[in-house]
Amino acid sequence: MKVLYSFITVIVLIIVASIGASIANLHYVFGIIIPYLAFIMFVGGFIYRVVKWGRSPVPFRIPTTIGQQKSLPWIKQNKIENPSSAFGVIVRMAMEVLLFRSLFRNTKTELREGQNGPELSYGSAKWLWLGSLFFHWSFLIIIVRHLRFFMDPVPFLVQAFESVDGILQIGLPAIYLTDVFILIAVTFLFCRRLVVPQVRYISLPADFFPLFMIMSIAGTGILMRYFFKVDLVAVKELAIGLATFQPVLPTDIGPMFFIHIFLVSILFAYFPMSKLMHMGGIFMSPTRNMMNNSRMVRHINPWNYDVEVHTYEHYEDEFRDKMKKAGLPVEKE
Amino acid sequence: MYKGGKIIASLIIFAALFTIPFFYNMGKVNAGPDVALDTPAIQQLSDKQCVESPEFMRANHMKLLNQWREEAVRNGQTVYINSQGKEYPISLQDTCLKCHANGSASKVALSNPASSTTGVSNPAINESPEFCASCHDYSAVKPKCWSCHFEPKEAAK
Repeated sequence: MKVLYSFITVIVLIIVASIGASIANLHYVFGIIIPYLAFIMFVGGFIYRVVKWGRSPVPFRIPTTIGQQKSLPWIKQNKIENPSSAFGVIVRMAMEVLLFRSLFRNTKTELREGQNGPELSYGSAKWLWLGSLFFHWSFLIIIVRHLRFFMDPVPFLVQAFESVDGILQIGLPAIYLTDVFILIAVTFLFCRRLVVPQVRYISLPADFFPLFMIMSIAGTGILMRYFFKVDLVAVKELAIGLATFQPVLPTDIGPMFFIHIFLVSILFAYFPMSKLMHMGGIFMSPTRNMMNNSRMVRHINPWNYDVEVHTYEHYEDEFRDKMKKAGLPVEKE
Repeated sequence: MYKGGKIIASLIIFAALFTIPFFYNMGKVNAGPDVALDTPAIQQLSDKQCVESPEFMRANHMKLLNQWREEAVRNGQTVYINSQGKEYPISLQDTCLKCHANGSASKVALSNPASSTTGVSNPAINESPEFCASCHDYSAVKPKCWSCHFEPKEAAK
């Protein structure tokens, strides 16, 4: 049901885009206005979310560690997994962001039939890590490749990415490796949510929707590149027009292009209010981005109240006469 | 904000990364490619029509070339019948480049495209005839044609 809900939403979006593509008067909206709005919502929303997160207090060090903390000199510290220096933190964050270190440590838990009834067993589970790695890196390379539409002349780096991506030179236009990888990876990530009962149980429409969106975006992109060809030069003129704030609307771009750009716009606009914000969030994970120096530095909670203290001396000053009358012992006469 | 400096610096980097195209293209005019469609060969044509419609050619020429290669090299078929039923010889040199080449110097410039220096700014693509290069340069697509179809340097001398 949750799957169907997301699926129908994406189908509706595709239908909306198809209608937009078939009515020439709407091309200005779908090709220029919506992409601009989406871009503003993406950058603005992203900054808003990160600033909002940044305002939440993180008074103490709460790193999660899988290594020996810095301790006595003869005990070997794990400088990266339990960093006590900024450099260690940077290396740990880089491993997290670029190689998904935490996900690599993913385990699965199973009840197995043992000799004396069921036994709990743990095993490594690397498929999710591998699928995510392929998915995210493909996505990044695809985005960098798309810069060839937005930059004139096309920088060498973008061309280099492209030629490496199309290194197999199969067919014409040549197949991009990332196109294949992202489709396989996103299908794997989707099937995982359907097939594994525990993951299925916790999956929400907000989990399926981005998957369907990315599938459709990759799908329309691939269709547009290999099957229902569009006029690329016209596409680039439109893109450069957007980037130079002199929007032009070339005629005769294929309808597939409008579906593609509409879905991309919706994904970008939706980005800041969705789970996709893990792109910014990963940098702000307090358990990852702090050095574990609680035993070396005293961290004082910056918003601690000044507690009004009523010490015994004050108490005695206040009640000394009464205490004397009642015959209670006092420290000061 | 806690660690505000670092967060704001990171956000500036984020915004800068995503606005690269705006800064990169700042002040440039969206000119688009300058496609030479008035070569002498085309001017002499009575019916100025490519093997298929311009819309089709713009989007699908690479598929057509691929199909032609397969027909000519693998199936021995040397005649292409277009959607209007008109016949064309399947040949890069005698069909495509007959029109899409620049004048008298064309033969030399084409068969040894490396000697063509006009109108090509992209070093990765400067081996193609000007007509191909104008769009291919613009969208950074390197045609693979000229890695096989070239005249040896000795012959050009």
